[in-house]
Amino acid sequence: MKSLAELEALRKSTLEKINLRKEDGDGARVVVGMATCGIAAGARPVLNAFMEEIAKRNLDNVTVTQTGCIGLCQYEPIVEIYTPGLEKVTYAKVKPEMVAQIVTEHIVNGKPCSQYTIGNVQK
Amino acid sequence: MELYRSHVLVCGGTGCTSSKSQLVMENMEKYIKEYNLDKEVKVVKTGCFGLCALGPVVVVYPEGAFYSMVTPEDTKEIVEEHLLKGRIVKRLLYSPTAEEDDIKSLNEVDFYKKQKRIALRNCGVINPEIIDEYIAFDGYKALGKVLTEMTPEQVVNEIKESGLRGRGGGGFPTGLKWDFTAKAVGDQKYVACNADEGDPGAFMDRSILEGDPHSVIEAMAIAAYAVGANQGYIYIRAEYPIAVKRLQIAIGQAREYGLLGKNIFGTDFCFDIDIRLGAGAFVCGEETALMTSIEGHRGEPRPRPPFPAVKGLFAKPTLLNNVETYANIPVIINNGAKWFAEIGTEKSKGTKVFALGGKIVNTGLVEIPMGTTLREIVEEIGGGIPNGKKFKAAQTGGPSGGCIPASLIDTPIDYDSLISIGAMMGSGGLIVMDETTCMVDIAKFFLEFTVDESCGKCAPCRIGTRRMLEILEKITSGKGEMEDIEKLKKLANGIKASALCGLGQTAPNPVLSTLRYFEDEYIAHVVDKKCPAGVCKDLLQYKINPELCKGCSLCARNCPVQAISGQVKSPFTIDPEKCIKCGVCASSCKFNAISKQ
Repeated sequence: MKSLAELEALRKSTLEKINLRKEDGDGARVVVGMATCGIAAGARPVLNAFMEEIAKRNLDNVTVTQTGCIGLCQYEPIVEIYTPGLEKVTYAKVKPEMVAQIVTEHIVNGKPCSQYTIGNVQK
Repeated sequence: MELYRSHVLVCGGTGCTSSKSQLVMENMEKYIKEYNLDKEVKVVKTGCFGLCALGPVVVVYPEGAFYSMVTPEDTKEIVEEHLLKGRIVKRLLYSPTAEEDDIKSLNEVDFYKKQKRIALRNCGVINPEIIDEYIAFDGYKALGKVLTEMTPEQVVNEIKESGLRGRGGGGFPTGLKWDFTAKAVGDQKYVACNADEGDPGAFMDRSILEGDPHSVIEAMAIAAYAVGANQGYIYIRAEYPIAVKRLQIAIGQAREYGLLGKNIFGTDFCFDIDIRLGAGAFVCGEETALMTSIEGHRGEPRPRPPFPAVKGLFAKPTLLNNVETYANIPVIINNGAKWFAEIGTEKSKGTKVFALGGKIVNTGLVEIPMGTTLREIVEEIGGGIPNGKKFKAAQTGGPSGGCIPASLIDTPIDYDSLISIGAMMGSGGLIVMDETTCMVDIAKFFLEFTVDESCGKCAPCRIGTRRMLEILEKITSGKGEMEDIEKLKKLANGIKASALCGLGQTAPNPVLSTLRYFEDEYIAHVVDKKCPAGVCKDLLQYKINPELCKGCSLCARNCPVQAISGQVKSPFTIDPEKCIKCGVCASSCKFNAISKQ
């Protein structure tokens, strides 16, 4: 370590990885339904896809977490995304292929992918 | 380091380690692997969370779920339910954080609400064995700032303006000490860290070194730059194996990153640290004895002046600070002296860490802003006295300190208020006593400790404390006379005035302060030959109430010295000559027929 810039670079890259330990996080939260129904419907690959996409894009303020069954088992895998300033958006029947698009449009650009939301999937 | 969705923090402090947190961690890792979650969930060993009474502590992020008293058997449930299915295991949550459908943030719980964690900022948050995590939370930023933007004089002034005072007990202004060492003339200077935490019941320095060793290393480097030293020593007791190991790891990592060694951050500044292990003598926590011990001699104090700032280690100017003092330094540099000076009271700035122990619900480590009252610490943070007992007094400063009686429970905790009531801040041991504690016995306990630990170099301490102890033994065995109390006071004041080092000068404090607030208890021992708290064995008698005794003979069979006799089915009696007052009879009696008087 020979310079402050080097220290700062290391600080930033490590912080991204352990940021979720800070309780005052104001970034987006991705919540994947991971009860038995969710897991059976393939929630785990979806969760992994979110992790990979977020890592790829260096989104340091996004946390991915899981929750239990919210009662809409036939629409699993269900993913809810909370972003500051936006209403909570619930995606239904999420597949790993959709994840990159959701992360880009919703989390990065702030425009939820309405075609995948539960209201549209139900129709 | 990979990106994980969840971090499981397992406390690796000494308290939790002794209640099997290592096994909890291993099991956690095993089950996480079994469920193929090891790419998503990371297990992190951290330092102390402070709630040692409820260990082992496990915290799961991002939810911030705080699990307490987790057994190795519970880990499977946490992995299956929480980590796999996302259902928090309510049964294991620390109960004040558990709410109907949600969990409360830890910062809103009584134990943490009134705390302000500066010295303990990283304890329980980072993995102390990974330097990157320390750096992520602004580690070594202060060192970088100091080396590239500030002159040594500016650093000294910053510390002076912050108002930081020594956390080892004396409360000497830290900035002034730095200034003296910086101005001392010498071709070679040293900085040293006092981690010889000898006060019985105190463990905050250990927890800082276990939970955040880099903060001390960084602070020592800053201090070395400010005073012009190039070599540091950490004097730590060998009884702290986990702290020693983590310090060694931390020093190794800092060297690897070039944060210790030659030309740090590409400047001309060179600095390295070595560890010196102490053999556990209390006197080696005294600064001159500590330095004598680092030099390789028998740990005995020497007269001051000359002060270490002028003539310290190897007769060179030396800066010696305590662990907790150092832990505050990087934050002061990063946030500025002004920020720090706004915390606390007029003359005592910042926070103080206390090791809360004795008769209290939440045994553990707390860091409070100066000026917090003892009542807030005991009743709110500490959760009060267990078993519905009443608060009687609290001892601060261990064997060098004094007691604070219940009548002064609203005293704000800062250096000067404590001195004015005959106690002292001390290094941070805070022992809570309830109504079943005998104050004469407590004074005797602490004096026994100092008599044992006296190095024997000066007569007032070697002989004087021994004589005081003999008088206390006389009083607690029921042979005391009124003039003994006067003798005690006279001896105590004589020792205070004439002993060579801090150990001797403060050794009479527990006696003096208990005499000041609980003289009536001393008199009860001397005149009435009674111990009001029912502790001093020689003043007690176990008696069997003939009306309650059924003559079952259980007590007689349990008595280790055959002091109880009688006919079955008629009341038994205790022979006071033979009785050793162990209390086994009273606890074995099914009819509560045996009482101590």
